[in-house]
Amino acid sequence: MEQFLQQIASGLANGAIYACVALALVMIYVSTDHINFAQGEMAMFSTYISWQLMSWGVSFWIAFILAVLLSFVMGVVIERVILRPLHNAPVLSIVVVFIGLLAIFNSVAGAIWSYLIKEYPSPFPKSSFGIAGVIGPHQLGVVLVTLIVLGLLFAFFRYTPLGLAMRAAAQNPQMARLVGVRVDWMLALGWGLAAAVGAVAGIMVAHIVYLDPNMMAGILLYAFAGALVGGIGNPGGAVLGGFIVGVLENMVAFAGNQLEKATGVYIIGNGEKLTVALIIVIFVLTVRPAGIFGRVVVKRV
Amino acid sequence: MAALLEVKGLKAFYGQTQSLYDVGFDIETGGITTLLGANGAGKTTTLRAICNMVRREGLVRFDGKDIKNLPTEEVVRLRIAHVPEGRGTFTTLTVDENLRIAAYTRKDKQAVNRELERVFAYFPRLKERIQQQAGTLSGGEQQMLAIARALMLGPRLMLLDEPSFGLAPLIVVEIFRILRRINEEEKVSILLVEQNAALALDLADHAYVLETGRVVMSGPSTVVKNDENIRKSYLGY
Repeated sequence: MEQFLQQIASGLANGAIYACVALALVMIYVSTDHINFAQGEMAMFSTYISWQLMSWGVSFWIAFILAVLLSFVMGVVIERVILRPLHNAPVLSIVVVFIGLLAIFNSVAGAIWSYLIKEYPSPFPKSSFGIAGVIGPHQLGVVLVTLIVLGLLFAFFRYTPLGLAMRAAAQNPQMARLVGVRVDWMLALGWGLAAAVGAVAGIMVAHIVYLDPNMMAGILLYAFAGALVGGIGNPGGAVLGGFIVGVLENMVAFAGNQLEKATGVYIIGNGEKLTVALIIVIFVLTVRPAGIFGRVVVKRV
Repeated sequence: MAALLEVKGLKAFYGQTQSLYDVGFDIETGGITTLLGANGAGKTTTLRAICNMVRREGLVRFDGKDIKNLPTEEVVRLRIAHVPEGRGTFTTLTVDENLRIAAYTRKDKQAVNRELERVFAYFPRLKERIQQQAGTLSGGEQQMLAIARALMLGPRLMLLDEPSFGLAPLIVVEIFRILRRINEEEKVSILLVEQNAALALDLADHAYVLETGRVVMSGPSTVVKNDENIRKSYLGY
């Protein structure tokens, strides 16, 4: 039983990370219809920035905040400088740009900080934090921090005029212009926020997966799966999808272990959990192509 | 008195295709002007050209100021409210949000709330549905929402693109009655594009008839309405 709870808890911690990255993907998707394949590498780069700041003696939370702010600026600049000229470009050109960005961030990080795997600290106190035997201090901290960030974002989009303008611009850009919304800037702002949320995910997960230029590759895949399961056009759904995928992968491993204990035959375990989780994701999408919380949008042609 | 909106020699293009050749008209402050014409005459394009939503050439002057090079969102900020073809509802937002979006640049929350109440006085039906998702409104309600949203901009000029489109006759009468009130009580000048010429001529004081991207006829509504030749050749009734 305790093991079961442990698995759920660590699944939630991983899921929190996937949820953040999934939300970043969805934020860009809803306003542009594109999936930013470089989202993970941008988050990795942000994490290196925070590591660099810490190695210069800045304390963890200051480095965290600075890195998130810098990521926001980085996101805005990438949209304004690189993607602005491509607004009317065909989809494949934009995909190529995203893949290019992915490769650039990866190799620039490697060139600056090397490909050696680095340890990354946890800011959460070892004692007095977490619940003994169920959830460790870092895992609990990750869940709390991401929930706070997601809550802030939700409040921003739901209750502020600027958040409303961003939602309007994503939903109907032409009409948004007609009520005076500067749609181009809303897009750039969306990129900035996505990069910032990605940075939070990167910084939170680095203590678990260690810091290296390829740290986000698997996470991006899980996050993408989470976003699809939840419904790619639905931010709330994507967040839930992220958590679902996180818990699901651990449940797969847990079930495999129990099965092995009971029967003595090894069928699935930690090594296969990614595969099995993705099989389940594919199955869900076959049954509900728009995702669990997604809606099928019928377009008139 | 100088015209509020002055359009001269307006040309517009969709890609390589030219769809306006020579459109010119004046809108007097406080007046209601209508653009009439058959399908494809260039009525909608004219409205889109004023707001810089299509590539255009020629003169567009608002309140004495050349607005030809302003992007759409800046044209709107001069308080030219465009109620587009198809109503432009933000379907996933609530009625409340659809209205507030038009006032999002304003800092004064109290003033925005007062504005909302003023708008609801014209459209009490929207107030009943304030928290409803706008996509679930009926066609008539969505048209009311579009006009209400335009009012939230505090407009000096309202551009209306076929407000009667696809609506039941009774609803159309109600909407046109409200438009007349808005014109009189809010001192909003109106440029109305309509397929339903009889209806538009009743509301407007001045009419321009478009054919294949050119103004072919113009005059006071009463004159246009009673000229059988114009009616038969251009307005089809």
